[in-house]
Amino acid sequence: MILVRSLAGKPWVWSFLGALVVWLATIAFTGGYGAGGMVTAALSLAVFTVIVGVGQMFVITLGPGNVDLSLPANIGLASAVAMKVMAGSDSMIVVGLLAALACGAAIGAVNYLLIWALRIPPIIATLSASFIIQSIDISYGRGLQIKPPPGFADFTNWQVLGIPVLAVLTVLFTIGAAIALQRMIYGRSVLAIGQNIRAAWLAGVNVGRIRFLTYTLSGALGGIDGALLAGYFRGANVDIGNEYLLASIAVVVIGGTSVAGGKANVPGVWGAALFLVLLLTMLNTFGVSAGVRLLLTGLIIVGVITAAGGEKAVR
Amino acid sequence: MPEGDADIIRLNGAEKHFGAVRALGGVDFHVRRGECVGLVGHNGAGKSTLMHMVAGTLTPDSGKIGVHGGVEDNYSVSRAQKRGIRCVFQELSLCPNLSVAENTRINHASLSGLGWRRKAAALITAKLDEIFPDHGISAWDIVGDLSIGRRQMVEVARAFTVTQDRLDLVILDEPTSSLDAHTAGQLLAFVRRFIAGGKSCILISHVLGEVLRNADRIVVMRDGKVVVADAASAFDRDRLVTAMGGAEARQKIAAEIAAARPAAGPLRVRARAAAQKDGADLVARAGEIIGLAGLAGHGQTDLLLAIFAAASRARTGIEVTAPVALVAGDRQSDGIFPQWSIAENIGIRSLARLRNGLLISPRREAELAEFWQKKIGIRTPDMNNNIFSLSGGNQQKALFARALGSDAQIVLMDDPMRGVDIGTKLEVYDLVREEAGRGRTFLWYTTETEELDNCDHVYVFKNGRIVANLGRDELTEEKIIQSSFGDAA
Repeated sequence: MILVRSLAGKPWVWSFLGALVVWLATIAFTGGYGAGGMVTAALSLAVFTVIVGVGQMFVITLGPGNVDLSLPANIGLASAVAMKVMAGSDSMIVVGLLAALACGAAIGAVNYLLIWALRIPPIIATLSASFIIQSIDISYGRGLQIKPPPGFADFTNWQVLGIPVLAVLTVLFTIGAAIALQRMIYGRSVLAIGQNIRAAWLAGVNVGRIRFLTYTLSGALGGIDGALLAGYFRGANVDIGNEYLLASIAVVVIGGTSVAGGKANVPGVWGAALFLVLLLTMLNTFGVSAGVRLLLTGLIIVGVITAAGGEKAVR
Repeated sequence: MPEGDADIIRLNGAEKHFGAVRALGGVDFHVRRGECVGLVGHNGAGKSTLMHMVAGTLTPDSGKIGVHGGVEDNYSVSRAQKRGIRCVFQELSLCPNLSVAENTRINHASLSGLGWRRKAAALITAKLDEIFPDHGISAWDIVGDLSIGRRQMVEVARAFTVTQDRLDLVILDEPTSSLDAHTAGQLLAFVRRFIAGGKSCILISHVLGEVLRNADRIVVMRDGKVVVADAASAFDRDRLVTAMGGAEARQKIAAEIAAARPAAGPLRVRARAAAQKDGADLVARAGEIIGLAGLAGHGQTDLLLAIFAAASRARTGIEVTAPVALVAGDRQSDGIFPQWSIAENIGIRSLARLRNGLLISPRREAELAEFWQKKIGIRTPDMNNNIFSLSGGNQQKALFARALGSDAQIVLMDDPMRGVDIGTKLEVYDLVREEAGRGRTFLWYTTETEELDNCDHVYVFKNGRIVANLGRDELTEEKIIQSSFGDAA
């Protein structure tokens, strides 16, 4: 009972609960057929949302108005950069990953420079940056789909006992992110800035540096995500990151991170990403049309946020 | 004193508490027809609270309000408006995104229908012309584009415009604070004409000469009470200053502690205010408690913030030689992290020291919090409770603990005792003196003159500049008031 109550107090419980309900509903419909395969597929796909979701979570936690809208363009460009650097050769995989990481980090750094030097609101800065990145991507990739090296494609699809290895690595990464958030100066500073940026400055937090690091981190995660996506889907293209704009924000919010800033949690990002993927699978299994699927997705997200957001009003 | 019809407003035994703070302790106050009442007192003496009651924006906890001889049971802003009582508050209340004419319309619901803007424009222009000839303000100017002085002119003129409601009494709270001498003169001349026409005014001003010259009767407030009320002719500047400051000699608790303090140590801060032209510097040495006095908002906070900023990034004109921490006075906007526990709120300034390797150690954070809970007496069963579980005074103690628990050798205090009960204050004063004895430097901006007794010497600010540097032996309230009200009265 105490366990239940302490769990109910955690905002991330709801997203896992939602994922569980959706999963049960689907296997009830199929009569238990494909239950395990569904989890495997959900884990494989959720990984990509989780990686950018964590970056977006740190950015959103910086406080009202902070959001990284350049992630889709960033993912697209980084996927092209990674594939071109790897050039189909297994020996270049690590170099290609580093190039994608650097490309993403550079985009994040430029985002913050726009925000800081020109005093543009982050929404506008990252949005306009994303247009520029997209143009660069189009002229750089020439709209062609570039294939990953076979070793890299295998790695991103590698499973052990039905568990995607990439998902295991991402779990390790998110544990690290959770520790950084709660136990490191960086995370504490992000939380402080999100609650009250002026008070944070007056309490000695280096506000400029922390914000710079956060946007750079978000960019770097977008970059690595782009490379992994290109491997998983066997090819980079300009549109590969498109769905991660809304998805990255949705998983942060559904996961129980406060949009007002200053309050974040990492497990919720996982729960929400699984929930979104499973929800899509469920609706596909039910065989609803694309229009109804979008409608239901929207309504269910609203429902989950309302259910999970009950205690937010308490301030 | 005849009661009834001659009184526009009368308050009997008005009391008001904000939490533990007594803002007004049983005040009797009245304004007669055709009278200008001057109201003076220090910051926090209760003037504004009293005026909020007259204007209907605050209701007294106890006491009676009567208007035009009738007792008001449900007195409110709209009721005050109907009964002819208006107020020009210190904080400008115009909407910056609207034009002068549109702002005028807000107070006059009768300006409706087609062409309401034109009617409002005519109304406000006529009044501006009457009060401030050659004012140079167009009714179509957007208020946010006007200078602060012109905004104040609009605000004042608007209060005197009349459509359908009657107008008997206008409260002018620091009406000349943003006006130059010429326009201030125009306004005061208009006030005299207004009074001569049988109407009434309450004039609040820190420029004592203004009050002495223009009021018929002067009411002096201190510590939430009326201490003297008499005809203006019975006052001169010295008597006013004495009444405001309290004639009884205050005991200087800090004196013996000061004697025991070691001689001033090495230089910690040398700073020059941005508006300072004459080369006067603020200088603070190790172990000193330096007061920053003067009226509220005359550049004390700005200089503290400049010193704070200079500690992390070099600035011209400011030299800081040790780590700095700041104790905020405006807790909600400058200090508190509302999502966090008391312990986390204290630890944020000292995160680097709380680390064990790369990670913040929860044990060290708890130890720091517990140490300061004992030392400064934060009253809570559990330092892991949310910061808002504390009373205001205890929240302020947590902010002191944040600064004093850090590595900072220079502690800046931005009027930190605002709204703090007297018990907490005395505990913190002792702590500040103790820490200064250990070599810490305190720069202490306060609006409460009594607190300056704790200081070694005091810089008095006026209009963003240091106008006086008073040593401990010359530190009297009269001296501070004389300096901060440095008008040629």
